[in-house]
Amino acid sequence: MTAVLTSAAEIAAKIPDGALLALPPEYAPCSMEGIRALVRRGARNLRLLGVPQFGIQAELLIGAGCVSEIETAAVTLGEHGLAPRFTDAIKHQKITMRDTTCPAIHAALQASEKGVPFMPLRGLIGSDILARRDDWHVADNPFGENDPIVYLPAIKPDATLFHGAKGDVHGNVWIGLRRELMVMAHASKAAYVTVEKIVDGDLLSDPQTAAGTIPGLYISAIAKAHKGAWPLGVPHYYERDNEHLSHYAELARTQEGFDAYLDEWVTSRTAAE
Amino acid sequence: MSDVMSEVRTEELMIAVIARMLSGLSHVAVGAASPIPGSAALLARELSGGTLRVTLLGRTSNPTFTDGARELFDCAAQGRIDAFFLSGVQIDGQANINLVSIGDPDKPKARFPGSFGSAYLYYIVPRVILFRQEHTARTLVSKVDYVSAPGVSEENLYRPGGPHALVTGRCLFEFIKDKERFLLKSLHPGQTVEDIKRETGFDFDMPEGSGVPNTEPPEPDWLKLIRGPVGEEIREVYPEFATRMFGSS
Repeated sequence: MTAVLTSAAEIAAKIPDGALLALPPEYAPCSMEGIRALVRRGARNLRLLGVPQFGIQAELLIGAGCVSEIETAAVTLGEHGLAPRFTDAIKHQKITMRDTTCPAIHAALQASEKGVPFMPLRGLIGSDILARRDDWHVADNPFGENDPIVYLPAIKPDATLFHGAKGDVHGNVWIGLRRELMVMAHASKAAYVTVEKIVDGDLLSDPQTAAGTIPGLYISAIAKAHKGAWPLGVPHYYERDNEHLSHYAELARTQEGFDAYLDEWVTSRTAAE
Repeated sequence: MSDVMSEVRTEELMIAVIARMLSGLSHVAVGAASPIPGSAALLARELSGGTLRVTLLGRTSNPTFTDGARELFDCAAQGRIDAFFLSGVQIDGQANINLVSIGDPDKPKARFPGSFGSAYLYYIVPRVILFRQEHTARTLVSKVDYVSAPGVSEENLYRPGGPHALVTGRCLFEFIKDKERFLLKSLHPGQTVEDIKRETGFDFDMPEGSGVPNTEPPEPDWLKLIRGPVGEEIREVYPEFATRMFGSS
């Protein structure tokens, strides 16, 4: 049964230090309230998996010292520029970065969905991404001749954390088009979700919503967090707060500025208002 | 050059150059951090009379895909994407691209976002157009510090795709696969061959015959499209770019 919790803090308490934590891209709803709760609880040594790329989620966790490793195809604040805390952490070797490419992450999660040990993927051969990954293998296509292909080990995250527009009391979570969230829930040992609202009834009983819904079967816990993706957006519900993100990018150029940001927007507050 | 043309911004010229290369295609996809190619793809769609399908990553209205972030890559693998766009903090003369770091990757002098989908799509999509507005010996180098994705591969490697051209703020290069080299194709307004040689860190080939042609400027009605409906449509994904180029909405 999915646990219906009362706050993002309770969600953050379930994600242990050292966990391999899969997080969504900024165009799918991110549980920024869950991220802030992880910072507040002082999470440590998290190993982040960006599915497939990161922005402010990784920035906050890295800047706050919650992260030891990160695997992702990119970390960027998009039009607001480079991700300053990530960049600083790499330059000063505070975290281990495992560079990859977007479809390699999707494919390795699909391997876990299927319960197979690896997934083959085209591309990659001749890149420094592959040259620097001793956990990947190049082998011949067993059905072909002289056809090298990369084998990626399955990635099975300990937990995934994301946000949804709505959930129900059965733990079903409506995600609409954002199907990468479905893959992440399938592939991870535990899925934790904050939602804008918890609706009455059953999202799976109506075919209009069922197709875009992750069944509660895959969801470990949900909690309501109004505006829980802010300063990112929820497609068709609310927009990214570009002014705030630009303010963040400016402050986070230095650790002192970042710490001031955390004081004002994260640690001095208890939950979404 | 007419007064109207002299007001063409470098970005608009690059949009027009890229749009020309998309003529006749069926489906063009645009990845992250690609406002110029995104605008070019939307312009090409307008000029195609609606036959060109454009997929813009990060867009939430009128989606092309319904199967999440993996669908772009699976769709490309099925041969359903004709053109894609890549850039690099460094691009070299063999069309290798670097999106990761400068210097030793373990102790980089500078770190950039990362390789995104390049290490896959560069191999798979038939026509990959490279773009980089800053054309200096710093960005166009003899050898990249880190290969996010190689320009060319061994003969036996499955590689239906690869580099087609490189569009910069100074010129257009075509990539000649057999020679594994760029060919200078046209010069943007105000540029000379000497300028290009001075500002380019890699060797490239010159066209046979007399001189290098000038880059064709955008048609006046193209400029209207770029500054009108194309600019408004790209604003959904690139609001800062649209405001800088075309003003507030």
